[in-house]
Amino acid sequence: MSRRLRLGVLAAGLLATAALLAAAFLELPAFGGARHPYGDRAVEASLARHTANTVSAVNFDQRAFDTLGEETILFSAVLGTVVLLRQTRGEHREAPEPASVPPALRRYGLAALPVTLLTGLYVIAHGQLSPGGGFQGGVVVATAFHLLYVAVDYRALERVRPVGLYEIGDAAGEAAYVLLGAGGLLAGAAYLANVLPYGTFGTLASGGTVPLLNAAVGLEVSSAVVVLLAHFLRQALEIEGGGERE
Amino acid sequence: MDDVLVTASLLFVAAAATAAVFNRDPARQAVVLSLLGLGLAVAFTVLQAPDVGLSQLGVGSALTPLMILLTVRKVRKVRRTEKGAGSGPGSGGGKRRR
Amino acid sequence: MSVLPYAIAGWIFLAGLYGLATSRDLVHAVGCLSVAQSSTYVLLLAVGYRRGGTAPVFSDVKPGVRVVDPVVQALALTDVVVGATVTALLLALVVQTAKRHGTVDPDELFELRG
Repeated sequence: MSRRLRLGVLAAGLLATAALLAAAFLELPAFGGARHPYGDRAVEASLARHTANTVSAVNFDQRAFDTLGEETILFSAVLGTVVLLRQTRGEHREAPEPASVPPALRRYGLAALPVTLLTGLYVIAHGQLSPGGGFQGGVVVATAFHLLYVAVDYRALERVRPVGLYEIGDAAGEAAYVLLGAGGLLAGAAYLANVLPYGTFGTLASGGTVPLLNAAVGLEVSSAVVVLLAHFLRQALEIEGGGERE
Repeated sequence: MDDVLVTASLLFVAAAATAAVFNRDPARQAVVLSLLGLGLAVAFTVLQAPDVGLSQLGVGSALTPLMILLTVRKVRKVRRTEKGAGSGPGSGGGKRRR
Repeated sequence: MSVLPYAIAGWIFLAGLYGLATSRDLVHAVGCLSVAQSSTYVLLLAVGYRRGGTAPVFSDVKPGVRVVDPVVQALALTDVVVGATVTALLLALVVQTAKRHGTVDPDELFELRG
């Protein structure tokens, strides 16, 4: 197909999609409307189970099984990336040169690291109370470690980050979620049912299984992001040669 | 007032998304994507979704652009060694393909 | 105002699709895909917005206060993080393509199949 013909097909497809989208958007309830039947019921259910952050209640209680699916996608995507980016025959590693970092950046980076780490852990632990949870806090925790790469250099990051351990952490997070779900079965209810006592509204121990599932997801997400970045960094900075393989 | 904020932040997001698409150099695109991630985080917060904004802030403005930049660096490195290997002897040959 | 947020979501989606189809560099294509993906978050949150509502978190407001829809937020929230790991998988495939074929231009790759 020539380039012009291809652009023509693309333009036709885009215009048709735009027309369909426009037709659909005009039929949607107007932006900002008052009718949200699902939302209202979700809020009710979440308050009945003493979970202040209704978004967490939807993710880890009402739709916990859906989140198990999401987590499995995350786990498989990380697994695939690790397999694709492994060191292959014919490639060798070269230790990158130590980098010199301006002292001000080094000071700021090293001061920000524990604060960021603590913020991430706080966000995971308070997922049932305030905006946050395992998904967001996990990303924050993982990025905290990489401040070492910015503030010192790659070798310092390598020293505090045994990738094998984080790969285990990723798997353990996924396994913990599956097993917590099975806890519902043991208690005589459905898989992933919220069987723990709901606790006092607005305290750290409220929401039944929500904080536990949050912690499992936090472990999985933070380990997953560390593992992903480790493999990309290794490919970009360390692994040399062996462009083509058998 | 809320509507003004929502409109302004969404228009910024639309502009950043368009700029990200039309920046053909992936390294520059990564920077624009990080700007888009930041814009989306603000827009989500204005739309009363702090949970989503928080995860968008970490993922969109840091994680994705960083991975794209690292990929760009790796791809450039592979191309460089290939060019070097094509002339060198016994290096596996950069032109195995048909 | 009543359809503008939806229209913006549609625009972002179409722009990302256009970039994806005309891209000459697979890394750029992955970036465009993540742009198209972000349109779904805008659409979901726009559908769930309620004028005058606050965030659906009852740690500092009393139950009974008008809040926006938490269901769509939960959908978007997980996908933001999961989507990033899928982007990582695609970028890993791009790295493999570069290693095997020495190029990341889709047109050149198409010719290579020969």
